[in-house]
Amino acid sequence: MTFQVSQEATSDVVSPLDEAGVGAIVLDAIERKAPLAIRGAGTRAGLGRPVQAARALSTERLTGVTLLEPSELVVSARAGTPVAEVEAALAEKGQRLAFEPFDHRPLYGTSGEPTIGGLVAANASGPRRVIAGAARDALIGVRMVTGRGEIIRSGGRVMKNVTGYDLVKLAAGSHGTIGVLTEATFKTLPMPESETTLVLEGLDDAAGVAALCAAMVTPFEVTGAAYLPARGDTPSCTCLRLENFESQLRYRTAALEKALGHRGPTNRLDVPTSRALWREIAAAAPLLGPERRMIWRISAAPTRAAELVAKLRPVIASHFYDWSGGLVWIAVEPAEDACAGVVRPAVQAARGHATLIRAPLATRAAVEVFEPQAPALARLTRAVTAAFDPEGVLNPGRMHAL
Amino acid sequence: MTGIAMPAADPRILARRDEIVAGLRALVPGEGVIVSEDERRAFETDALTAYRRMPLAVVLPSTTEQVAAVLAFCDREGVPVVPRGAGTSLAGGALPQEDAVVIGVSKMARVLDVDLASRTMRVQTGITNLGVSAAIAHEGFFYAPDPSSQLACTIAGNIAMNSGGAHCLKYGVTTNNLMGVTFVTMRGEIVEIGGDAMDAPGLDLLGVICGSEGQFGMVTEATLRILPMAEGARPILFGFETSEAAGAAVAAVLGAGIVPVAIEFMDKIAIDICEDFAHAGYPRDAGALLIVEVEGSKVELDEQLARIEAIARQHGATSSRQASTAAEAAAIWKGRKSAFGAMGRISDYICMDGTIPTGRLPEVLHRITEICDAQGLKVANIFHAGDGNLHPLVLYDMNDPVSLAKAEEAGEEILRACVEVGGCLTGEHGVGIEKRELMTVQFTHVELAQMMRVKQAFDPNWLMNPAKVFPLEMRFPSHKAAA
Repeated sequence: MTFQVSQEATSDVVSPLDEAGVGAIVLDAIERKAPLAIRGAGTRAGLGRPVQAARALSTERLTGVTLLEPSELVVSARAGTPVAEVEAALAEKGQRLAFEPFDHRPLYGTSGEPTIGGLVAANASGPRRVIAGAARDALIGVRMVTGRGEIIRSGGRVMKNVTGYDLVKLAAGSHGTIGVLTEATFKTLPMPESETTLVLEGLDDAAGVAALCAAMVTPFEVTGAAYLPARGDTPSCTCLRLENFESQLRYRTAALEKALGHRGPTNRLDVPTSRALWREIAAAAPLLGPERRMIWRISAAPTRAAELVAKLRPVIASHFYDWSGGLVWIAVEPAEDACAGVVRPAVQAARGHATLIRAPLATRAAVEVFEPQAPALARLTRAVTAAFDPEGVLNPGRMHAL
Repeated sequence: MTGIAMPAADPRILARRDEIVAGLRALVPGEGVIVSEDERRAFETDALTAYRRMPLAVVLPSTTEQVAAVLAFCDREGVPVVPRGAGTSLAGGALPQEDAVVIGVSKMARVLDVDLASRTMRVQTGITNLGVSAAIAHEGFFYAPDPSSQLACTIAGNIAMNSGGAHCLKYGVTTNNLMGVTFVTMRGEIVEIGGDAMDAPGLDLLGVICGSEGQFGMVTEATLRILPMAEGARPILFGFETSEAAGAAVAAVLGAGIVPVAIEFMDKIAIDICEDFAHAGYPRDAGALLIVEVEGSKVELDEQLARIEAIARQHGATSSRQASTAAEAAAIWKGRKSAFGAMGRISDYICMDGTIPTGRLPEVLHRITEICDAQGLKVANIFHAGDGNLHPLVLYDMNDPVSLAKAEEAGEEILRACVEVGGCLTGEHGVGIEKRELMTVQFTHVELAQMMRVKQAFDPNWLMNPAKVFPLEMRFPSHKAAA
C-alpha cells in the first residue's frame, strides 16, 4: 500500500515568476471563485487535510537569496528558494538559520528540495527547537499575497520590531491558508565550531525523558534532547547534543556527564556521528518502519510525555521523543480512524495536542488531522482566516473542515 | 497642550455614566470598581505622562470570570475599554479616554504553577516581570525578557506590547518566551490558546495576540518559558574614538561567531551624562562606548572575553575594562541602567525607540545629530547594538511648549530616518498613541487595512483600546469599509 500523498487532484499547476504574478493568479482565482492549492516543491505534500482545488499555485520559481548580512544575523530569501541553498549561502559565511529545519521527505517518501515557503507554512522545526525556538521564532519578516490578492509585508529585517501586529507569526504554520508567502526573512546565528552528543544507554521511557529534562535545566545549553527506545539488540538511547566552541565543548561535556552520569553508562559521539544522528531525528527517521503505518506527532509538556506514551502503548508500533520529551512521534498500524479514538482522548488528558502527520488521503479527509479546537477558539481562527481570505481561495479545508 | 489628538468622547456614553457604573458594580464587588475622581486620577496616564485622560471608571477584577463579565457588559453597552497592566507604557498604550472603562489586572498577580522539569510557569498576568523571576530565582531559574521597567511592569503589559529588554539578543523577546494564554474576548468568551507544550495547534493566534497592544482582548493568565540561570556572567567595557569604530567592532564580534547576551552602545553625550551621575568609570575621552556581556563558567568567560577583547582592539578600542568582581560588573552596568534616570536629572527628554540594521549605525547617528541640531536640541544615543534597537533621547524643556513641539518633531524625523534605512518605528515600546500617525511611513494603506481586519476579527465593534496603533483619521473609514 502506498500513500500517494501528493495525489490531490489538481489538473493544472501554475508557477509564477514573481510576486506580481502570484497576485494576478490569486485575483483571477477570486474572480472565478476557483480555489487554489498552494505548494512549494511538494516535499511536504501529505501534510494537513486534503484540499479540493482544480488548480495549484506553486512558488518554486520565486527563487534567490535577497539579503545576507552576517554581521546583522539576518538572511532573506524568496519563497521558492531551496532551504539547502539558503543554508549553503549561510554556511559560506560561517552561519546557519537560528532554528533547525525539519525535513518531511522521509516521512512522505517525497524527493526534491524543500523550499523556504514550505518551511514557513509548516513551521517545520527540528531538534534545536528545545532551546533555540521554532521556525516562527526565527522568522522576523514576510512578504505575502493575501487571499484578497493584495501584497503585504509584516515584520522586516531587524531583530526587534513591534511596529504593528505580528502577522509574521500568523504566516508561520498557516499552511498556505492566509496568504501565499513570497519572501521570508530569518534570524541567523553563527555556526558552532564543533558538536558532540552524549548518549545514555538502557534507560526506560520515563527515566530517559527525566534525564532529558535534567539535562535541559543545566546551564550547559543542550541543543538537542531526544530519547530513542530500544530496538532489537540496540539498547535505548537518551541523546543530548552540545554545540559550541571546541574549548567550551570540552568543559560542558564533562560537566554534563558529571550531572547525569549516575543515570547510566554514557558514550560521546564524534562530530560526523553526532551530525548524522540529529539529521535523522530532524526527519523523524527513528520512527520509520513499514510505509503503511500511520504517523502521529504529539506535543505535550515533557513531564507528562512518558505517562502519555504508556497509555498509548497498546496502539504504538514504534515511537520516539524529541524536544526533551515535549514532542512524541508515534506510528500505528493502519486503521480506519488512524487510532484517533485512542490517541485523541489520551493526548487531551495530557493537555497536549496531536496532528495526524501521515495517513492516506481518504483518512485525512475523514479524521481530524489537526487537534480539534474548542468552539470559541475555532470561531476566532475562522474569523482571522477570513480576514485574509474572505472567499476561501487559498488552500480551503487544509487546516479545518469547511 | 501637546500634539497627539484623541477622539472626542462620545456624549451618549458620558450621559449614561451612572447607569454604566451601576452595571459594573453588579459584576465586580466593592473596591474593584473605582469611581471617585481622586481615585481615578491614578489611572489617567501611563509613562507617556504628557498625555492625560480621565477614564469613565476603572475596574480591577479579581478573576478571569469577572474580566469576562465586564467585557461582555461593555460590549453589549457599546462602551470602549482600555486594558491596563502597570501603566508603564512609554508609547501611551494604556492612555485612557473619557468615554472608556479602564480594566486593570493588578488584583490578579499570583503564580499558579511551576514545572521546572518542563521549564514552564503559569502566572496570572498582573504579576510584575521581576516578580516572575523572583518567584523562581531560588530554584536557579529566571524569566528572560527584561524591559527596564521590569520592577513595575506586568506580564499582561509585556504580552500586549511584546516587550524586549537588554538581553533579547540571546533570549528573544516576549513572544519567544510565551507558550500559552487565557484570553478573554470582548464578547466575554474565555479562550485557552496554546498551553505548556512547545508548539500549539492551528493558526498561531498566540503569536498575533502578543504585541496586539490590548486591541484584541485581555490576557488574564499566561504560561511562560523559564530558563536555568547561566553559571556566571561578566561584562567588559570598551572605549572607542568614534561610533564607526564601535559599530565595526560589534559587526566583527558577531561575525566571529560569538553571540554575547548583551551589547550596549552609548555615544559621547550619553557617556558624559551617565558618568556624571553614576561614576561608573566610563572613559570620558571616548567618542563611543560598548558594554559587552557574556555568560558561562569562569573558564568560559575568560576565554570568550579574551576573544572579544582581541577583536575590539583590532577595531581600534582605545580602552577596555573587564569586570573581575561582581562589584565591578555592577559598576559597569550601573551607568547604563541609570541612563534614563541620569538623563532625567539634567533635562526632560523623549525616548525614541527605532530599530535599524546595525550596519547603518554611523550614518543614522550622523543623521540624528543633524536633525536635532536643526531644532537646536541636544540628543544622547543609547543603542542595543546587538539587535539594532536605538534609543535616541531627545532633550527638551517641559516648561517650554515650543521646545516639546520641536522635540516631537525631531523624534518623528528620527523615526522616519530609521524606516528609510530598512528599520522600523518601534523596537520594543510599541506604537500606542505616540507613533500612531507615523504608521503610514512604514506601512502601505493596504497593509494597515489588513491589520485592522485582524483586529475586527477579534473585536468587531472596535471597542478594545480603540484609539491606538492606527492613524486616527484612517481608522474609522477603514473600520466601516472593512465591516
